Amino acid sequence: MGHISLNQITKTFGNVQVIPPLDLEIEDGEFIVFVGPSGCGKSTLLRLIAGLEDVTSGEIKIDGRDATETPPAKRGLAMVFQSYALYPHMSVRKNIAFPLKMAGFDKAEIDRKIDDAARVLNLTDYLDRRPGQLSGGQRQRVAIGRAIVREPAAFLFDEPLSNLDAALRVNMRLEISELHNKLETTMIYVTHDQVEAMTMADRIVVLRAGIIEQVGTPLELYSKPRNLFVAGFIGSPKMNFIEGAVAERRDAAKVGIRPEHMQLSLEEGRWEGTVSVSEHLGSDTFLHVETERAGMLTARADGEFPVRHGDRVFLTPQDDKIHRFDAEGMALS
Amino acid sequence: MATAHSRSAARLMISPAVLLLLGWMLIPLSMTLYFSFLRYNLLMPGAHDFIGFMNYRFFLTDPAFFSALINTLLLVGGVLVITVFGGVLLAILLDQPMWGQGIVRVLVIAPFFVMPTVSALVWKNMFMNPVNGLFANIFRALGMQPFDFLGQAPLASIILIVSWGWLPFATLILLTALQSLDRDQLEAAEMDGAGPLSRFFHIMLPHLARAITVVVLIQTIFLLSVFAEILVTTNGGPGYATTNITYLVYAQSLLQFDVGGGSAGGIVAVILANIVAIFLMRMIGKNLDV
Ligand SMILES: Nc1ncnc2c1ncn2[C@@H]1O[C@H](COP(=O)(O)OP(=O)(O)OP(=O)(O)O)[C@@H](O)[C@H]1O
Ligand SMILES: [Mg+2]
Repeated sequence: MGHISLNQITKTFGNVQVIPPLDLEIEDGEFIVFVGPSGCGKSTLLRLIAGLEDVTSGEIKIDGRDATETPPAKRGLAMVFQSYALYPHMSVRKNIAFPLKMAGFDKAEIDRKIDDAARVLNLTDYLDRRPGQLSGGQRQRVAIGRAIVREPAAFLFDEPLSNLDAALRVNMRLEISELHNKLETTMIYVTHDQVEAMTMADRIVVLRAGIIEQVGTPLELYSKPRNLFVAGFIGSPKMNFIEGAVAERRDAAKVGIRPEHMQLSLEEGRWEGTVSVSEHLGSDTFLHVETERAGMLTARADGEFPVRHGDRVFLTPQDDKIHRFDAEGMALS
Repeated sequence: MATAHSRSAARLMISPAVLLLLGWMLIPLSMTLYFSFLRYNLLMPGAHDFIGFMNYRFFLTDPAFFSALINTLLLVGGVLVITVFGGVLLAILLDQPMWGQGIVRVLVIAPFFVMPTVSALVWKNMFMNPVNGLFANIFRALGMQPFDFLGQAPLASIILIVSWGWLPFATLILLTALQSLDRDQLEAAEMDGAGPLSRFFHIMLPHLARAITVVVLIQTIFLLSVFAEILVTTNGGPGYATTNITYLVYAQSLLQFDVGGGSAGGIVAVILANIVAIFLMRMIGKNLDV
């Protein structure tokens, strides 16, 4: 079981309020991802849930019980750190056994659980090595192994993949998603990589300066961002924002259009412009186009689109995919 | 240093330092070795005959030698135990965020800057003096008999004095080691359900093992040759109660003017120090190469 509810929690360091009053319900078995720019309080929020920091005010409930004052070990949560935080002087086996030993399990029980975890995480061959003798991905798996053997109510991940190289990151992403499907345990995952967020999450929490900007499924955030910040944060490359006449014609202070929602053409279209940079990836082509009507725009074409710096192109936005925002930056429906 | 050329260049460049060091060590060592086989007493001028191992026989069969050996080991061991335990505790204390941390740290380091002779004199005259020392006054204020530290428990007193001087060194090394401990590890252990004591024994202490090894090795080297503290407090007495090997060599060659005997003692001390070093390396050296 892993239902976590945060009720008006705040956190103040010295006289800086890092988390203003914040409410959040995390359902049992959910994979929830916190995203936001650096320094927005993602780690702090996670550490508040873990109990590694005390909340300044407010209430944390885990499975309906008040856990605000409960010490970290008693909350039944397990955390995977960005730095792995493995114990360097212990073998992999001892690392994974540590929480069980602290909880007072007997030897046979511990061995059985370690073997199970090692099998799930493909660590069986490494059990007698020290962390220093493992690769980054293996270390990460040991850290996850140490977390699963405790059978926690929820897993907390703080940017667990940011120390890995790109290929490995994709692999581990899949492994963690698979693990979630297998264990069906609540997982709270902090990242600032929005691809991770979009691909793994059941729901995403977008944070800015400790404030929740929007909570929703990845596709909700993509198709119905609540404000400019979420619209700009979710999606890659970033949504184009256009002010001036184009926006006024649609009764908005600003309109946004995603690069993938514009038709590209060499002959005709609504906005004419010159290509300033073109990025050819084979599978997609990204064009940075300087237009007269709408300023600098990024556009994406499927497959190869044969243009170069200085060529003329025409862009046609799909009208139903245009997002409108008012002067405060809130989305207009 | 990958190529043969750069390796030989490197050898060439370090050779002056190596030669200097060799000269520095080898000349006194071989002179001492040479003297130790001679009848060479400043009170008996004349020929310095070669007398084989006579000096060694006298030194090793001297009843003072055995007690000096025991005293040396007790002194080294006692100071090591006190400084390592005290150092770990102090390091943990100083690592806690507290008010006036900077000043407290400087105060803790301060004894290291006091010369051994000075610190021993201060301890002897201001603290341990049975008539007007601070401790005597405290004892009297509490209505007890003043305790004559250097008379009743001379070796323990010297261990205390030497420990006081070396505690800052141990604390400093252990504190820096403690500060290099990854905070995440402690937090992970906390989440894993380890209480403060478990965290200390399972996370901090293993992390400190290497630093403790360094402290033990370095201190042992210096503690085998403690001299000033003994000279200014007890002069090796009462009897031979506080005579260590270093002091015995001194007494032999400079108080009895027996250069040959003193040299033999010096060589014995060198051999003993090496035996201790080998044992130490065996016991704890494995900590260094993880
Ligand atoms: N112990 C602390 N004392 C004072 N300020 C802190 C402390 N920990 C965090 N902060 C501040 O709180 C804010 C949020 O920090 P936090 O670590 O939660 O950011 P984050 O969202 O995890 O960022 P990143 O993506 O870079 O990890 C930052 O402005 C940081 O300076
Ligand atoms: Mg962070």
